[in-house]
Amino acid sequence: MSPFRQYSLLSALTALLVISIIIALSSGSVSVPVSTLWQQLWQPTPGIEQQILWELRLPRAMAAFVTGGLLALSGVIMQVLLRNPLADPYILGISGGAAVGALAVILLGVASVWISQAAFAGALLSVFVVFGLAGRQQWSATRLLLTGVVVSAGWGALINVMLTTSTSNNVQSMLFWLMGDLSQSQTHGWHFVLLSGGLLLILSQAQALNALARGELMAAALGVNVTRLKLLLYFSASILTATAVTVAGSVGFVGLVIPHMLRLLGARDHRWLVPCSVVLGGSFLLLADSLARTIVAPQQLPVGVLTAMIGVPAFLFILHQGARSS
Amino acid sequence: MTSPIVRTRQLRLQIGDRILCDQLNLSVAAGQRMAVLGQNGSGKTTLLHSLLKLCRVDKSRIEIDGRALTHWSRRDLAKTVGILFQENQDDMPATVHETVMLGRLPHLSGWRWESESDFALAENALKTVGLEAMTGRNVSSLSGGERQRLAIASLLTQSPKLYLLDEPSNHLDISFQIKTLKLLTETVIRDNSALIMATHDINLAARFCDQILLLNGDGTYTLGPATEVLTDVTLSHAYNCEIRHVATDIGKLYFPVT
Repeated sequence: MSPFRQYSLLSALTALLVISIIIALSSGSVSVPVSTLWQQLWQPTPGIEQQILWELRLPRAMAAFVTGGLLALSGVIMQVLLRNPLADPYILGISGGAAVGALAVILLGVASVWISQAAFAGALLSVFVVFGLAGRQQWSATRLLLTGVVVSAGWGALINVMLTTSTSNNVQSMLFWLMGDLSQSQTHGWHFVLLSGGLLLILSQAQALNALARGELMAAALGVNVTRLKLLLYFSASILTATAVTVAGSVGFVGLVIPHMLRLLGARDHRWLVPCSVVLGGSFLLLADSLARTIVAPQQLPVGVLTAMIGVPAFLFILHQGARSS
Repeated sequence: MTSPIVRTRQLRLQIGDRILCDQLNLSVAAGQRMAVLGQNGSGKTTLLHSLLKLCRVDKSRIEIDGRALTHWSRRDLAKTVGILFQENQDDMPATVHETVMLGRLPHLSGWRWESESDFALAENALKTVGLEAMTGRNVSSLSGGERQRLAIASLLTQSPKLYLLDEPSNHLDISFQIKTLKLLTETVIRDNSALIMATHDINLAARFCDQILLLNGDGTYTLGPATEVLTDVTLSHAYNCEIRHVATDIGKLYFPVT
């Protein structure tokens, strides 16, 4: 694919991001026209619109973008690390560990501010358990994958125990957390620092990722320090995923579908795939969340439901088109 | 006198506790081609992988370009030594063009992108293996032989000083086997590079290589010029099967009897 096509793809995605942000800010139970939006952003004048925009929608849009970007980036990494196109950020059990942490806090009835800390701790626990079991000596992709899947299943069992033994009130908030939801999300500056840091780090390894996608032996023969690269990928993907999960719960589908869509659109070179994934992942979650807030307004759906509802048909469509053209 | 491109001193190849080859002293100079012959599991692939630090081996006993392997960084090694693997992994989608460009990876430092000359090299390599019309095709849609030719093009794009070929004739039809090895031999002689190939085809080895390393699989080996090593007696001993030859106008042809 010519660099020209890659540039146009990235520009189109950036345009999509801008549109997604505008939609996310203007739509909702109270719709804010684009002209007012512009004015409120640059010269906020006190009023209901200013409050909605600055206190509700902007923070939520930022959370959506960060979560989407983190998950898509982590998905790209996992797919190369495991050399499995079906890998997603949660495949090694990170979301399971995070969920057990978060649900435990809900179950114990501790103040909900602790949910994200507990989720992060659970995610890290899972990362180290999987690494301890699979990664000590020579770790192959298959061994890592199998260990991750089994640990995930273990977390799943614990989650079911907690769901079946809690009161119906708790179950509601647990389900929202499990499906992925942005209504309680809070972002901090360090989330953005982490996203851009992760992006730069992985971009610097983009060529090595291109080689690793062809197998570890091939990568080593092409001059890549495979052991170091795999460690870097495993831990950076883990931290990115753990962060995303603490912001929004386990939003599904973004990490699996976004890198795939881009590969099918021709961005297989990681020097393009990595930045494109972050931009498209962010836009995708912005759009999904705007829909989650509006389709059954004033009620809200968890954004995870929407990502699956948009992601499945979109993915199938692109897959079908790709199969026809090649 | 310039040092040989690759040399081993008292090298031992082993997998687990099994010693495949012991006290191996080989040396391949610029322009030379060496074939590694032997039964399945006799250590042919292990030898090639050892020269690229791809498996456990005493690196101080291997010298590339006169410098012990211990002192080579992976990246520098990849600029000098290139390998054609027995099997290629292509679980992740990629096009022919992207695959052949990977050969330039060791030569691109840091954030540098491929230049026009890199693209020209790749295009040339694809032309030599007859895949120039397929640049946009997905690798998974290629036949086994086309994939093997693509891997060879990728290796040519890498343009190493030492070519390591593991079963280069795999999946190739008879005419492409001859064409490919002829091309590689010419490249090696023209560029003053060197070539080591592991193969099961004694006749290809006899035709294109000037040195033969025959691994017996029990730790012992026979090494020397093709004319000396390729005798019915040594081959029959190494393969544990009676092998004879007929003389033809292109040289000797070897075949199994029992």
